[in-house]
Amino acid sequence: MPKDGGIGASSKRREDVRFLTGAGNYTDDINVNGQTYAWFVRSDVAHGTINSIDTSAAEAMDGVLKVFTAADFESAGGIPCGWQVTDRHGEPMQEPKHPILAEGKVRHVGDPIACVVAETLEQARDAAEAVEIDIDELEPVLDMKAALEDGAPKVHDELTSNLCYDWGFVEENKEAVDEAIKSAAHVVTLELTNNRLVANPMEPRVAVADYSRARDEYTLYTTSQNPHVIRLLMGAFVLSIPEHKLRVVAPDVGGGFGSKIYHYAEEAFVTHASKVVNRPVKWTSTRSEAFISDAHGRDHKTKIELALDENHMFTALRTDTYANMGAYLSTFAPSIPTWLHGTLMAGNYKTPVIYVNVKAVFTNTTPVDAYRGAGRPEATYQLERVIDKAARELGVDPAELRRKNFIKPEEFPYDTPVAVTYDTGNYHATLDKALEMTDYAGFEKRAEESKARGKLRGYGLAHFIEACGIAPSNLVGQLGARAGLYESATVRVNATGGITVMTGSHSHGQGHETSFAQVVADMIGIDEGMIEIEHGDTANTPMGMGTYGSRSIAVGGSAMVRATEKIINKAKKIAAHLMEASESDIELKDGQFSVAGTDKSVAWGDVTLAAYVPHNYPLEEIEPGLEETAFYDPSNFTYPSGAYVCEVEVDPETGKVEVLGFTAADDFGNVINPMIVEGQVHGGVAQGIGQAMLENCVYDENGQLLSASYMDYTMPRADDMPMFDVDHSCQTPCTHNPLGVKGCGEAGAIGSPPAVVNAVIDALHRGGYTNVEHIDMPVTPARVWAAMNS
Amino acid sequence: MKVTMTVNGQTRTGEAEGRTLLSTFLRETLGLTGTHVGCDTSQCGACVVHVNGKDVKSCTMFAAECDGADVATIEGQCAPDGTLNKIQQAFQDYHGLQCGFCTPGMVMSAAALLRDNPTPSEAEIREYLEGNICRCTGYHNIVRAIMAASGQEVPAVAAE
Repeated sequence: MPKDGGIGASSKRREDVRFLTGAGNYTDDINVNGQTYAWFVRSDVAHGTINSIDTSAAEAMDGVLKVFTAADFESAGGIPCGWQVTDRHGEPMQEPKHPILAEGKVRHVGDPIACVVAETLEQARDAAEAVEIDIDELEPVLDMKAALEDGAPKVHDELTSNLCYDWGFVEENKEAVDEAIKSAAHVVTLELTNNRLVANPMEPRVAVADYSRARDEYTLYTTSQNPHVIRLLMGAFVLSIPEHKLRVVAPDVGGGFGSKIYHYAEEAFVTHASKVVNRPVKWTSTRSEAFISDAHGRDHKTKIELALDENHMFTALRTDTYANMGAYLSTFAPSIPTWLHGTLMAGNYKTPVIYVNVKAVFTNTTPVDAYRGAGRPEATYQLERVIDKAARELGVDPAELRRKNFIKPEEFPYDTPVAVTYDTGNYHATLDKALEMTDYAGFEKRAEESKARGKLRGYGLAHFIEACGIAPSNLVGQLGARAGLYESATVRVNATGGITVMTGSHSHGQGHETSFAQVVADMIGIDEGMIEIEHGDTANTPMGMGTYGSRSIAVGGSAMVRATEKIINKAKKIAAHLMEASESDIELKDGQFSVAGTDKSVAWGDVTLAAYVPHNYPLEEIEPGLEETAFYDPSNFTYPSGAYVCEVEVDPETGKVEVLGFTAADDFGNVINPMIVEGQVHGGVAQGIGQAMLENCVYDENGQLLSASYMDYTMPRADDMPMFDVDHSCQTPCTHNPLGVKGCGEAGAIGSPPAVVNAVIDALHRGGYTNVEHIDMPVTPARVWAAMNS
Repeated sequence: MKVTMTVNGQTRTGEAEGRTLLSTFLRETLGLTGTHVGCDTSQCGACVVHVNGKDVKSCTMFAAECDGADVATIEGQCAPDGTLNKIQQAFQDYHGLQCGFCTPGMVMSAAALLRDNPTPSEAEIREYLEGNICRCTGYHNIVRAIMAASGQEVPAVAAE
């Protein structure tokens, strides 16, 4: 039976009431008295030398306070990169400067060159038209392999080449992998592209800065997934503002999916400009601007080789990937193709030796960074596609081939050859569940029915594993992270028993205000309504690392558990005093403290009141008050896994693919709020199906982004999606965090792209198109039709 | 110019330029920030309001065009005491929203759909929502919420 409240209950989301009534407080809803408006002049060419910028006409226009160029930021640092990767030869990656406004050169369409600050938005926009910029256009480099050829135009003149790094992992395995592939009974090879995507949260980015000359303090309201990190990066590395003079607020945020993790130039711009013009400055991105200035996701070109022995056991895996960085290094960009991709190449399988090579390349395109899943979707896609191809080449059942090579439930904890230790898992259980839910046995009959209607039906299976809650800090530090990856929580109990929890995690659609409250309520045994969750404001939350990589409940929730445990321990001491009992005899259940073996008890509220109104209180032994903070640094990643199945019908006349059904059987460990978890899977799957079938960044030969609006970039709409069947009953709790949770936010986007493409290829083979081994995403009707008719 | 319209039953007047969009007028001049702007090509539907009983994208109309019009926004959908209407309540009950940014437009589109077609099929709901993009929910729970609000049986999912 579902619980009514606490951990495991599908409590309805409390945040919904404000969102459903128009009472949310998103960044663009914030207006500050005396506010001015910023409008950026962005490069309309992909690569060029700036000869001159004439701002005089614009500055003379009505309402214009100032037109900023790079010259106004000479004292500022560049936008910093948060991750240093060391290449195969022990050399640090090439790390070019990323200026706030372009210095001397533009490097992608959308690169900001100047910015007008004016009294009204319309005046700023009008004046931006009058900024005269003389640019000598240079030949752009767009293709990653061409960018590495001798004589290719350089994105950054000061670098030796367009290669950011050439990374090998695990370098010591390289020869063993080469040897295993050479001597294998079967080697299956696949070349594929992981298409470049735009995250497209429905709320565009916004930044509003308010500098107070009287207090010499800055407040920045911004659409961010991690306000503390923005404060740290911008304050310490860009603008040299002491953190205690800089408050960063990320209020209600309308989705992020990774694209709002990073520190962007616009945030630093408005913060600095607000001081210069001595007025608040607001910038609101248009959607068209978002397409060329928000960090993009994915964009890998890969060759993967899987070696198998005569019994179809995997013996080695080798993958060579080119990863596009775009024109500059976004905050976490170097870590995505390396540590978040290479470490997941084992998947759910016992492959003895693995070698991963990644060449990260600068091109004249918008910078790329993490997008829902970040590295894990790229790893999973390659692996699950090549396994499907192997099953086809060997003439074996794709489910059986996977099952045969799975790490077995009794083999956990399991050390992979790519440096991570999976704590728990039961891949056989999720696979069995998915096959049962989708009536795998009955598929042939359904395929026959489709055939009778002139359609080709395909069954696509993919399994996935991901590493959530990136950790621990000392390990990621060794791997190049320039930050720790802990999380924090302060639990402040009020005198009458209500609780405010302040967390370093940030909620932008995940429902933390509900699920976090469930955890604390469950631990103390009080009503969820007695708990309030505060997040997103550096002024009233402890330093935290924000929300991404499905870390909030595993890392942020664990910090909250630790802080609540401290609260309970102290409250027990107070209860012991109030009941004149030994502290070791105090039990807490359903919000009542009782003395074991007696009928003596005091309620939660009596204890909290005593803590703050200490008339009868052992002040010599216990401080007044009931407020505790905990910082939790995880000892390992968590490893959710699952089996995903997509069933499609392909129209052989047109190449159109219709998704008939999509099923996800996940293992997320313990689940706090099943309704919220299922919702997260739905959203992830829709983004994965979107990647597989619809979404794509298309640049022309001049570096213009052709898919730069919702008119051209195909966002999944209601009619494109089926109802999803999701299940999370296969649970192997995480062994190293106090909640036993694993993380669910990215799973859908990781497991679904290979399931869709595997289904399409299966359909074509069943229809006799046996020469089609692969179709790159998105599998549009044009691509499918072309593959069938090639 | 001065523009006067009835918004959620109240007469409201404000200054607008000829180029001022209805969405800007509602948000900036009248302070009704529940209507959201998610794109600049009238594709996303976050800004859907009702003008004289028709659901429109408020980023596609000029405020001046609505002089004298009757406008309904998300702020006027719940009862005066804050009670959610049946569509809003169904969205909460069926988890039809996550970040909440597209939600006002979704609720206003759903209201228009149910007024014209009180018991739409799943396919009709999906087709009607063609002009509204949601990036969070995968639409599954939005469709279920609208079916529930229409009093129909909600499609079951395997997890239940």
